[in-house]
Amino acid sequence: MEFLTAHGADLLFYVFAFLALTGALGVVSMRNPMYGAISLLLTFLAIAALFLLRGAEFVGMVQIFVYGGGIMVLFLFVIMLVNLHRLPEIKLFAGQSPLAAVLAIVLLAFFGWFFVHVAFDPAFVHPEVFRAVKGENLGNSQAVAWGLYTQQLLPFEIASVFLLIAMIGAVVLGRKQ
Amino acid sequence: MRKLLWVIPLLPFLGALLNGFVLRHRIGKRTVAWIACGLVGLAAVLGLLMIVDYLGGPEHAVNKPFEQDLYVWVPAGPLATVFEGVKSFTVSMGFLLDPLSAVMLFVVTFVGFWIHVYSAGYMAHEEGFQRYFTYLNLFMGAMLLLVLGNNYLVMFVGWEGVGLCSYLLIGFYYKEEFPPFAGRKAFITNRVGDFGFVLGLSALVTAFGTLKYTELFDRIQKDQSLLTGPGHLGLTLAGFIAICLFIGAMGKSAQIPLYVWLPDAMAGPTPVSALIHAATMVTAGVYMVMRSNVIYQLAPNIALFVAVIGAVTAIFAATIGLAQNDIKKVLAYSTVSQLGYMFLAAGLGAYTAAIFHLMTHAFFKALLFLGSGSVIHAMGGEQDMRKMGGLKKYMPATYWTFVIGSMAIAGVPGLAGFFSKDEILHAAAAGGHWTLYTIGLITALLTAFYMFRVVNLTFHGEFRGTHEQEHHLHESPRLMTVPLWVLAVGAVISGFVGLPVEEWNVFHRFLQPVVYVVAGHTTEGHEASVAFNVILIMVAVAIALIGIGLAFRLYGRTRGLAADEAWERRLPAVRLLFANKYYVDELYDATVVRGTWGLARLLHRFDAGFIDGVLVHGARNLTLFSSTVSGFFDKYVVDGLVNLTATILDAFSRLFRRLQTGYVGSYALVLAAGMFALVAVYMLLYRG
Amino acid sequence: MTFAVTTNHYLVLSLLLFTIGVFGIVARKNMITVLMSIELVLNSVNLNLIAFSYQLSDLTGQIFAVFTITVAAGEAAVGLGILIALYRLRETTTLDQATELRG
Repeated sequence: MEFLTAHGADLLFYVFAFLALTGALGVVSMRNPMYGAISLLLTFLAIAALFLLRGAEFVGMVQIFVYGGGIMVLFLFVIMLVNLHRLPEIKLFAGQSPLAAVLAIVLLAFFGWFFVHVAFDPAFVHPEVFRAVKGENLGNSQAVAWGLYTQQLLPFEIASVFLLIAMIGAVVLGRKQ
Repeated sequence: MRKLLWVIPLLPFLGALLNGFVLRHRIGKRTVAWIACGLVGLAAVLGLLMIVDYLGGPEHAVNKPFEQDLYVWVPAGPLATVFEGVKSFTVSMGFLLDPLSAVMLFVVTFVGFWIHVYSAGYMAHEEGFQRYFTYLNLFMGAMLLLVLGNNYLVMFVGWEGVGLCSYLLIGFYYKEEFPPFAGRKAFITNRVGDFGFVLGLSALVTAFGTLKYTELFDRIQKDQSLLTGPGHLGLTLAGFIAICLFIGAMGKSAQIPLYVWLPDAMAGPTPVSALIHAATMVTAGVYMVMRSNVIYQLAPNIALFVAVIGAVTAIFAATIGLAQNDIKKVLAYSTVSQLGYMFLAAGLGAYTAAIFHLMTHAFFKALLFLGSGSVIHAMGGEQDMRKMGGLKKYMPATYWTFVIGSMAIAGVPGLAGFFSKDEILHAAAAGGHWTLYTIGLITALLTAFYMFRVVNLTFHGEFRGTHEQEHHLHESPRLMTVPLWVLAVGAVISGFVGLPVEEWNVFHRFLQPVVYVVAGHTTEGHEASVAFNVILIMVAVAIALIGIGLAFRLYGRTRGLAADEAWERRLPAVRLLFANKYYVDELYDATVVRGTWGLARLLHRFDAGFIDGVLVHGARNLTLFSSTVSGFFDKYVVDGLVNLTATILDAFSRLFRRLQTGYVGSYALVLAAGMFALVAVYMLLYRG
Repeated sequence: MTFAVTTNHYLVLSLLLFTIGVFGIVARKNMITVLMSIELVLNSVNLNLIAFSYQLSDLTGQIFAVFTITVAAGEAAVGLGILIALYRLRETTTLDQATELRG
């Protein structure tokens, strides 16, 4: 029981990490795209939990709303529209998959070695920063909002324009000629 | 008047120009004849006037020639000569009138004119009438240049010019086979002589730096030592020049060994034989020797050699003439023989005698040739005397003029030949050259004999030809007979200018100034006693009469060819030898002609074999080879490189095309891999 | 690596997710799977951002993650639109049929 209390956060990390990985592998290896989509959803939720573990509550919620509620639904709609689940694939992986595997292994090896060995100073962590707005503890959302609308206003506006463009693009592409 | 001297040679040239080039096909025979004869006649008249003018003029009074330089022909160029003080050499186109050239001018134009007139009649029915007169006028112009020139180079131009015209006129009947051959033979033989002539001229130039007669002879007289000093080939310089010039004379005046062209030259029309090969061209050599008498006087050995050659030629040709059956051939050998007499005289120093004989010979030889032409004309082209006979009654004018000519050449007293021949024999005897005298005397006998053989065979006895020929026999037209009479008159009276008595020998005194007085040498014979002279004359007359008598005896009346046949029976070898001209032509053919052909063939082999074969073909093969190599190079190396480039590019493109799979996945892979590489590099380089 | 979770663990995890996602993009023929793999990759990036934001105590990381999510959403929409267009054209959604660029 102390073990859980002492290392609860770590354990949670490992659990959600495992779930995320499972979901990811599922996406890549499922034949039926519907199953893949569900698997992806699992990944999204796991990642949202991982966000929460690291003090990013707002982003975690946005993750669930946008990804899980928006993008996943979109995917499912399209899958069902195209009847993808009814179209069988003859071969699962394309011709270059061996090379892709090699690349993946190389990537893992190279960056993995780095990430394992890079040293971070733990004293650097001040989670209070995430909830404080001008010294007041107003919560993460407030903090993010203040940051978003004051310091990062320009990217925010650009992001909105981007969303507009994407919307127009999606409508145009989806039109029946 | 004298100043118009240069017009005289110009007139015949003008005639040649008009008849030959300007008025080509637009005029008739009459006009041609008028132009040709008229211009020559005009030249004759002008010549006479000019001579008279000169004789009354200042130059003649001091025994100097009248000279006229028209323009500078060869501009002055630097020249180093043996003679002191001469620095440059120049030649002008100039003319000279002195007693010698006056005599030559008279003979050439006068005899030439009458021969032109005769030709108008003789050639009336021939094709090529216009061409004939063009050539004849051209000849006259060249001959006048020769005799009137004031330097050796102008003389040489005339010398070559008459040689050319001789060739043109001998080969006049070019459609037949023999005449062109004879023409070439004449020209080539002449050329052999000209080689010597030019050598002589060159020696003169290098020694004295001038070719002008007056200048040259002045310089020679000033410094005789040059000529008497050493020359080339072991001779003195004078000897060398003299022999070289004489070689030219040998060719031009048909002496041994270069006489062989003259008998064959009879292939030309008879008036041509009369003019060129009797009266004028062949006498050019004698004129030249006379003109150069200074040199010959300073080279006594060579002069003697000239005399000997002359004498030997004279008797040699006379013997051949005995056995000829063609009337023109007899006359041709007679000409060679008489020319020998002239050189005999010149060689002995009797220069005026040589010119005297030249003049009388021109008259009677031209007369004899024209007469023979008349006979041939009547015989319809037949020249063989064996087919003639008894023509006296058909052509009296021809007969009588021919007889006059024959008597002149035989030396019958009172006619021209007697006086001139006698002077020559006198020179030989007075000088103590008894061998030469004897040869000359025997030749005179033979001359009288063969000439009257001709007279008898042609005009006396019975006609031996065919019936058609007999029908055709007629006297020639006046155009032909008038010149005959004129020349006959000349043959008679021309001798009287040279009477054997000193005071009455106008001719000798007239020409004497031309003979240079060379210190230490005497010219015209030694003075002999009157008795000596009388004996000589009587011997000469006797010989002439004996010769004529013998001829009548053997060939006269109706004996016809009996004597010839008897000769053939009894002494066939001798007769054959004479008749075949001592086989000299055959000898020349076997040696010189074939030798030259052989050399030509050898050189041809060299040219075709080596030059063409090795060099030209070699060059061809080399070029082919190099072009093949070049081709290979181009095909394999150059193209190969190009193809190689293309192949490499193709290989690379094939390789790279594999990237363009079209699969998004592969593009993504490459993208990922590339990105990874970039990041990895960055990280590895900038770690820390 | 210790049992205690440090930033390194997050980095390794995000790397794993990233690798799996890249593999999926490159190696799968089905276009929808490819699109889902793209989302996976973007998510792994987000995880990385949040981890570093926590490590460096800087809110900028989280804000940036918001933008990433925005972009991912837009890109998913357009990508699916393309897929629909492709399906309408080719009657298929496998990428080995989409080889117009081949050459």
